[in-house]
Order: sequence, then structure tokens, then C-alpha cells
Amino acid sequence: MDKQSTPPKQQQSMSPFGGRNHMMGQGPAEKANNFKGTIKKLTVYLKPHWINIILVLVFSVASTVFAIVSPKILGHATNQIVDDYVSIKAYDQITSQLPPQMNIPAGATGADMLNKLPSQVKNQIPSSQLEKIMSLDLTHRPVFHFDAIAQIVVLLIGLYLLSALLSYIQGWIMTSVTQKVTNQFRKEISGKINRLPLSYFDTRTYGEVLSRVTNDIDTVSQTLNQSLSQIITSVIMILGITIMMLSISWLLTVVTILILPLSFVLIGLIMKKSQALFVKQQAGLGLLNGHIEEMYAGHLVMRIFNGQKDSIAKFNTINDDLYHSAWLSQFLSGLIFPLMTFIGNLGYVAVSVVGGWLAVNGKINIGDIQAFIQYVQQFNQPITQTANIANIMQSTAAAAERVFEFLDEPEESKESTNPVELLTVKGQVEFDQVMFGYQPDRIIINNLSASIKPGQRVAIVGPTGAGKTTLVNLLMRFYDVQGGSIKIDGVDIRDMKRSDVRKLFGMVLQDTWLFNGTIRDNITYGNPEASEEDIIHTAKEAHVDHFVRSLPSGYDMVINEEANNISQGEKQLLTIARAMLAKTPMLILDEATSSVDTRTEVLIQKAMDNLMQNKTSFVIAHRLSTIRNADLILVMKDGNVIEQGTHQSLLEQNGFYASLYNSQFSSEE
Amino acid sequence: MRKLFSYLKPYLGLMAILLVVTYLQVMANLKLPDYMAQIVNEGIIMQKSSAIYENGGLMLLVTLGAAVCSVIIGFLASRIATGYARDIRKQVFTTVESYSIAEFNTFSTSSLITRSTNDIQQIQMVMIMLLRMVLMAPFMAIGALQKAFITAPSMSWIIAIASISMLSMIGVLFSIALPKFQMLQKLVDRLNLVTRENLTGLRVVRAFNNEYKEEEKFEKANADLTDLNLYVNRLMIIMQPIMMLILNLSIVGIVWYGAKLIDLETIQIGDMLAFMQYAMQVIMSFLMISIIFIMVPRASVSAKRVAEVISTPSSILDPQKPRKFPKEGNGRVEFKEVTFSYPGADMPVLSGINFIAEPGQTTAFIGSTGSGKSTLINLIPRFYDVTAGQILIDGLDVREVKLEDLYKQIGYVPQKGVLFSGTIKSNIKYGNKKATEEDIEKSAQTAQATEFIEKLEKGYQNEISQGGSNVSGGQKQRLSIARALAVKPKLYIFDDSFSALDLKTDALLRQTLQDETKDRTVLIVGQRISTIMNADKIIVLDEGRIVGQGTHDELMQNNPVYQEIAYSQLSDTELKSISESHHNNHKGVNNG
Repeated sequence: MDKQSTPPKQQQSMSPFGGRNHMMGQGPAEKANNFKGTIKKLTVYLKPHWINIILVLVFSVASTVFAIVSPKILGHATNQIVDDYVSIKAYDQITSQLPPQMNIPAGATGADMLNKLPSQVKNQIPSSQLEKIMSLDLTHRPVFHFDAIAQIVVLLIGLYLLSALLSYIQGWIMTSVTQKVTNQFRKEISGKINRLPLSYFDTRTYGEVLSRVTNDIDTVSQTLNQSLSQIITSVIMILGITIMMLSISWLLTVVTILILPLSFVLIGLIMKKSQALFVKQQAGLGLLNGHIEEMYAGHLVMRIFNGQKDSIAKFNTINDDLYHSAWLSQFLSGLIFPLMTFIGNLGYVAVSVVGGWLAVNGKINIGDIQAFIQYVQQFNQPITQTANIANIMQSTAAAAERVFEFLDEPEESKESTNPVELLTVKGQVEFDQVMFGYQPDRIIINNLSASIKPGQRVAIVGPTGAGKTTLVNLLMRFYDVQGGSIKIDGVDIRDMKRSDVRKLFGMVLQDTWLFNGTIRDNITYGNPEASEEDIIHTAKEAHVDHFVRSLPSGYDMVINEEANNISQGEKQLLTIARAMLAKTPMLILDEATSSVDTRTEVLIQKAMDNLMQNKTSFVIAHRLSTIRNADLILVMKDGNVIEQGTHQSLLEQNGFYASLYNSQFSSEE
Repeated sequence: MRKLFSYLKPYLGLMAILLVVTYLQVMANLKLPDYMAQIVNEGIIMQKSSAIYENGGLMLLVTLGAAVCSVIIGFLASRIATGYARDIRKQVFTTVESYSIAEFNTFSTSSLITRSTNDIQQIQMVMIMLLRMVLMAPFMAIGALQKAFITAPSMSWIIAIASISMLSMIGVLFSIALPKFQMLQKLVDRLNLVTRENLTGLRVVRAFNNEYKEEEKFEKANADLTDLNLYVNRLMIIMQPIMMLILNLSIVGIVWYGAKLIDLETIQIGDMLAFMQYAMQVIMSFLMISIIFIMVPRASVSAKRVAEVISTPSSILDPQKPRKFPKEGNGRVEFKEVTFSYPGADMPVLSGINFIAEPGQTTAFIGSTGSGKSTLINLIPRFYDVTAGQILIDGLDVREVKLEDLYKQIGYVPQKGVLFSGTIKSNIKYGNKKATEEDIEKSAQTAQATEFIEKLEKGYQNEISQGGSNVSGGQKQRLSIARALAVKPKLYIFDDSFSALDLKTDALLRQTLQDETKDRTVLIVGQRISTIMNADKIIVLDEGRIVGQGTHDELMQNNPVYQEIAYSQLSDTELKSISESHHNNHKGVNNG
């Protein structure tokens, strides 16, 4: 694959509610090099939203608190039911033992009755119920206190509604904050791309930059959303639940908390093992993807050399290896969920048994046990979350760090403070002792001096890799010279604005870049105000009019995303038309005609000749006909201009140009 | 799609076991509230301590049992899902390896790569989730509903209302959100496209001072994405609070109506508590089931893409009754009235092509872009099949022999040198595993590759990285030529294979090649006149037809198309000097 292809991404796991899943047992979290610094920078971006963030915090605290107190309140309802139930049972029991005709005196309580009973009967009554029976009013059968229960129920409904509402408002605000921050990040990256010096991209693939705009920013926004609200809710949940549990029974709390380390140890063990396996699985996946990419990219060659069997055999080996590490890794990371359930269940059993024992001894109510069970069930989630927050924050920081790194890259040097703008351009270009190297310590152009008169045609020749495009880069100020100067009509181009320098040149590059849009939009890219006549006229001159009209929607045909719905030659023609329409005083043609077929090329050559008339133009040329007609030839080798002159004078010099020329046209040594 | 299911066959046994174990696990989890109810009813209210410990012990056992079941489920789920993924991946890869250019064009290489990698990973992941977590949901829902109904039939309506409102909330949410999700993907793609365009066209953008335009485009895409993201997220975050609300309200409902039922002595207190647990399990199960609605559409996109590959056979297949090439043949190529149009195209790319390329001769093809010369040459190894007419190699129609046999006749050198990861040696002997050391060195020598190979530290053992990215274009081309030579084929095809060579190497190479390919058939497609003008026969193509055949000199005399091409590249005097040296060269070869 070419170098622009993004490396196979780490498989994104899906969570049921969209976004990335940061469940435990996935891959080891990526770590930021400078965690603190990155978080600090991140807070700068969050600062404008501080009011919202505080609101989020307040709402999540409130919503969590409501969620925490409600089980206990619900417990009161259960207790009320149990109390009433027990009272009725006791009343029924006592009254059933009394002689049927006996009148119960007014104001008689259970205590009065019990005192009349023999002591062995009294001893049979469990101590927990004794008190209740003692205070039992025996004059009439007790009833359920539905009014009290109803009060609790109404209160609970209110609390639940409020909690849900607050939690939604919290999420609503948080979403706005993260989306705004994300939007801001993307915007800055997009602007940054256009302010970076081209040299930045010399050493990086587009995939790398692209992955910052998409993957990294996505990670930041997803995790930001999760971590900010989760940190706070989890901590409050843990604290709140512990307090509520303690308020019910310290013994049950201790039992529950004792089970926790068990889960930590178990999960820690599995995580460690599963992360190692995960890494192995990723490596296997990388190997597999590599083989697939290579074989598909070189498919024809593989086929025609009968490499199919070998390729499939190799694939099968890699595929089988991957299967082994994959199932083990999946199995182990999948163990964590059942383990958590198991430990949750253990807590449930412990609370039921110990709680039951406590209840029998009258130390706890059933409603409390019920509330406690609810707390135990809620306890696991925030604990896993906090354990995970470190991971989430790490990946947030790692992703954010890459984004910041990019944003902090040094930009193109500042424009001159009072830039000169050329209003009428003659097109005189002067290279004055120009020194340049892509890396400052490796100068490749040394003391280049050349003087180009207005309207001259300059051919830049030399073997591949000689650095012909370097000159173009300098002329267009894609790079700045390190010594000497380039002057246009006597003005150092560094004293002009970059955009003003570039306005002077029409450029046709070797790679035919067109964008996803209509053909018309592409042609008018450098001159959006061009009239329809102008467009057609230029198109005719560049020999695109005919083929464009034969396309399905003519000038309105949309060039697709891969720009492969027109041919390479047609693309080249369009870029020429685009440069023509820009109507610039000078021209740069970078091997522009190399991929146009030879017959069309003749036509283009003619059009180009017209275009170049009276315009200073620089042509990176391969064709000798172009070279011979040039007013000045710059001969380049190993990055440097080693000879210059006209065709004739260079041949007479009998130097590199002469040997280049001869080797091309005498096929033998 | 159905085809994909058929690959599950080997796993049906394991899946049956998985079902049984899942059932057991669900039953175990459903048993727990029963024991708790016993603890409350008998232990606490009736004050029987023994009931607490007995039931507690049972609970512990059941919990353990459930845990063991979960582990087994996890084991089976990962075995099945990863195994299934492996099988499908193998099938996809094997299918793609058999494709011709036509299928590569319809699917596009990058799409085939995604289908073989990411899409299958996606299927595997969803499958694990389904098997591990979602599968138990229906059991759980039915089991818990049943239990709840037995415990307190008159309260079951609470569960029913809760489940229905939960399901309808999810239904409504997703019917709104799902189309938005698809739009979201489109907007993300759009953002990527705009950024990629800006990056790849950086120089053009700056040359035309259009940075602001690109940023405007980006801003538009960015704003659209942000807006939709906001909408979708705000929609989706309703889910969690409402879910909790439904759960909590149903518990409140259970307490309220439970109290009434206890009053009527229809149920006991422990039963009410157990009922709460059942209700929670039912509601959670419905939640799990709803995950299917989220995951399955996503996975089904991947599954569809994968199934498409598996069910698309190669358009170029071996014949039913293959014939064998004669041993004594020398790769004579004959085109008889060949016409070719791309599938779905109105106009043929090539029509009425007739020529013979004789062994011992070099036949060259030249013509402008789109004249069909590359297409023509691609018909010989059946990268495409002719639409009409016949192509014969040594008298046999190329469609009458096995592809493997056909390929063995051909030494093919593509336009771009394609190498594979390995060593220089492994690349040269790629087409001929039996090549000896001498064969390899000889081929390298002929291809003018020894010069740079010997400079390398490890020589022939020097590693080639994926796609040959650590050697230059010219070196790649020379190595691909060496690879074709090592096959010792009867027929050589050079598809514009000298373009990355400097002229000196080009000239040297063509001379040594001449010796190597003496009695074989050589076909060359060329852009540069200088590359092809030494050929014994030059075939000039224009708009898919042959407009001239002959030697350079003949064509210069009488073929206007050829003349035009020649003059566009060379000047009069140059052509003359070339033509002279060309004659000298010929003499030299004949003499030697």
C-alpha cells in the first residue's frame, strides 16, 4: 500500500450506546508522556464553559444524592408493612388464645395480656417481637397504615422524578460542553493544517494527521464526556452508599466491604493476563492485515506468478495463530463480567444470611435488609468505574496530547510587517546567491544565482531526485530560503505576503489534485468569479471542453471522492485549465504534461505556448523539445543548479547537460 | 446473508451446549430470590435461624453454580465467535485470491481489504456479545416473568407495564436515532474527505491562496457534524435516566400493591421482596434484548459486505476440460478479430484486433492514453476475457487451458514494480520456486539489478519490506524484471516496465534482454519512442484499433499517428541520429 494509507486501526469496541467502550479487560490504556501538562492544557479549553461544568457538577451531585437516599426511604415503607403485618399476626394470635366470650377492657395493651400469661408462654415469644406485642392495642384489630405508606410512596416518586430530571439536564449540558470543545479542536486543527510549513508534511503521512482529526479528537470527546461526570458521580456514590450502609448496620457494611478486595485481586489478576494476550492478539491481527493488504495490492502479480497457493497457505498459518490468541484473549477479558456478577451475588448471599441473623436478633429490620441489598447492588458499578477512570483519563490525555502536539507545531514564519504588494508585474525574477536545505544543517542549494528577464521561459532539467521541485517550492514560498534572496521585479519575496507571491504564479503540479465537486468548481478553483464564457473559452484552449461535454452532466458532473471517474489524462487537462483560468502573470509547470497522451500533448503544448507568451514561466521539463525552446535552462544535480544557459551554450560547455543529452539520444555508450 | 449462516454449521454442537448452560445459569440466578424469600418468611418472620443458614448455604451453592456456568459460557462464546471469524476470513481471503481484475475493480482494493479485516472483526465482536450476554436475556425474561406470575399473579401487571414502557421508550428512541446514526457516519466521512483533500492538495490550495475556502468547507462539515452529534447525544442520554425511573417506579409500585396483597394475606413479605428481584431481572433482560436492535443493524452492514464477497465468484474461471500447452511451443501469440468492452460500457475499448507476435521477435505496442494498449496486453493472461474473437498462444485459445498453466507460460512485468515482503532472493524466485542460485543471479544480472544488489549489506538476503517500500522505483522495476526472467517463460510481457529506469540502464537492459529472450516471444508496451523503436514489429493503436504495423522506419514513412507521436517526443535530427544508431545496433546484434 502507499504511504498515505492509514495503519490498521486498533479495533474499536462497540458499546451498546454508541461510542467507545472502556470496559475493563480491553487493551492496556495508552499513556500520555506528559499527563499533567496535557490535562492543564485541556482545562484551558474547558475554561470558557466553567459555568456549565459547575452546573453539571451540582446537578450530578444532587441527582446522585437522591438516588442514594431513596433505597433507605423505600426501606421505611417495607418496615411499615412488616410492622403492621407483625402486629396483625400478634393480635390474631393473642385473641385466638383468649376465651371467645372474653371482653377486652378498654385501653388494654399486649403488655397487660402478656402479664397474665404463664411465663413459659412468654419465653416462647422472640425478644424482637416482645416489645411490639407489649405495646399492642388490643381493643381493636390493627390495620395496615396505608396512609403512612402512601406518604412514603409519593415522596419516593417525587425523588425519582427529580433525580431523573436532574440527571438528564446534567447530561444535556455536558453534551453541549464536549461537543463545543470537540468542534473547537477540529476547527483549530483544520486551520493549523493550512498554517504549517510544508516541511512538516515531508516526514509525516496524511494518515497520521487525519487520525488526529478523527480518532484522537473522538477519543477526547468520548472520554471527556464520560470521565467528567463519572468521576464526580462515582465518588459521591461510593461515599454516599458507604454512609448509608453504615447507618443501617456496621456489621453488614464490614461484610460487604470485605468482599471487595477479593474482587480487586481477582480482576487485577485477570486483567494483567488478558492485557498481555490482548497485545498478542493485536500483533496477530496486524500480521494478518499486513498480509491481506500486501496480497490484495499486488494481486495481479501474485496471480500471474502462480503465488496463490503459497499466499493462502501463509494466510492460513497467520489466521490459525490469530484464532488461538484471539479466543483466549476474548475468553479472559470476558471473564471479568461474570466475575463481577459472582462477587455481587456473594455480597447478596452474605447480606441475606448475616442480615437474616441480625433480624432474628432484632438488630435490624427487613426494610433495612432490602435497602442494604439495593445498596450492595449499586456499589459495584461506581467501584468499577473509578477503577476505570484512571484508564479513561489516561487515554483522554494520550489522545489530547497528540492533538496538542499537532497544534503546538511551529507555524510558517511571520509575514513581513509592512508587506510590499506588486500591482503591475513585469515578471523579472532574480535568484541571488540562494542557499537552501530541507534540513537546516544539510544545505542542498548552494549560492544559486540566476537572472530571468520578463517573459523568459526557464526550463529546469535534471535526473529524478535532483531537486527540481525544490526550486518551485522556493519560488512559491512553500519554503523560505536560508541565505540570499529571490526577488521578483526587484522585491524580495520575503517582503511580500505569501498569498501575494502565490497570486503571481499559475501552477500545474505533477499530481493532479482535484476535489470532490463539479468540474466547473474545479476549473474555477483559482478564479471563482470567472464568467461562464471565460470558463468555456479557457476549457477550449486547454482542450477539456470537448471531453467535458461528452460526460454525463458536462460541466456539472461531480468528480467523485476518489476522483477516479475521469481518467488521469483528463485530470491533468483539468488542472491545466484551472491554472489557465487563474490568469496569473507568471507560470510554473511541474512535469505537467507527462501523463497526458502524446497526441493531446501536442495540442496542450500549443495552448501552453500561447499561455506562456510574454509570461515568465518555469517548466520542469522532460521533453527535449520544450527544453530546447527555453530561453534559460537550469541544470540540476543532487539538489544543486550546476549549469545554466541555453541549449546551445550548454552543449558547447560539454558538461553534465551535454552528457545527459547525449545519453538520452544515443542509446549506446 | 444466508450463506454466512451456513458457516455456523461446525459450531452447532457447541452452540447447543451453550444454550443448555445459559439456561442453567439463568435458572440459578432466578433461584436466588426464592431462597431470600425463604430467609425472610421462615427465618426472620417465623424466627427460624436454621432456615437462614440452610437457605444461605443453598444460595452460596447456586451462586457458585451460576459462576461456573458463566465461565463456561464465556469459553464457548469466544471459541465459537473467534472460530467462526477465522473460518469466514479464510473463505473471504481464498475467494478474493481467485478474483480477476474485474472483481477488484467492482469492489475496489481498499474495500476488499476492509471486508477481509475490519468487517469480520466487527462480526466477531457482535457475535461474542450476543452469545455471552444477549442470549440469556430471553430465558431470563421468560423465567423471571413465570416466577413473578407464580409468586403474585395479581401484581404481574406492574412488570408488564414496566416492560412495555421500557421497550416502547427504546423503540421510539431508536426509530428516531438509527437514521441519524447513519447520517452521522456520512458526516464523519464528509469531514474526513474534506480534511484529506486539504492535506493531499496542500500545495494547490496554497498556490491558489484558497486556504480560507478549504477552512470554510471544513467549518461547514464540522458544524453539521457537531449539530447532529448534539442532537443524537441529547436523544440518547434520555435513555439512562428514564430506564432508572421505570425501574424505580415499578419497585415503588410493587411495595404499594404488595402491601395491599400482604394485608389480604395473598402473599407473604418475603414473596414481595423476591418479586422485586424478578421485576428487576425482567426489565434488565428487556434492556439486553434491546441491545440486539442496536448491535445487529451495525453488524448486519458488515455481514452483508462480507457475504457479498463470498457469494461473488471470480468472473474468470478454469475451463471444464482443460487442454495442455504443447511442450515445444515458443509462446507465439495470435489475436483473431479480438473485440473487448468493459462490462456495462457502450463502446468497445478494443475492436477488430488482428496480429501475430512471432517467437524470437519483439512486438511493441504504442498509442496515446486511452488507445487500449494496456488493455490489449491484459487480455493475454486473461485478466479480462475477450468479448468477441480469440487469443491463441501456441495455437491454443487462452480460455481452453487452466489458468495456472497459462500463467506458467508468461513472464509478466507490470507498470509499477510490485514486490512482496521477504528478501530480494525470495522476490526473484517468487514465480519459480525451483530457481537455483545461478538462475537467480543470472536473472538479476540480465535485469541490471546486480549493481545495486551487490552494494547492499546482505546482498540477495537483503530484506524487502511490505510493498517494497525500502527500494526505489527503478530498483523495484529491475527486480520485477528479474522475477519474470527467473520463470524462464515462453512469452514475455513488459507493460511499460522501463519508465522508472534512467535511459542508460534502459538501454543496457534492452540489450541484455535481447540475448536472454532470443527464441521467445516478447511483447512490450511503451510510452517512450526510444523504448520501442528497436522492436521487430511495432503495432500502433488509436482509439482501440490497430492503425499501423511495421518497423520504426516503415512507420516513420507511412503512418501519420506514429509520426505524430514520434515528433512530439523527438526532433527531426534526433530521430535521424537515433534511426542511424538503431541500424548500427541491429547490425551489432546480428553480428554477435
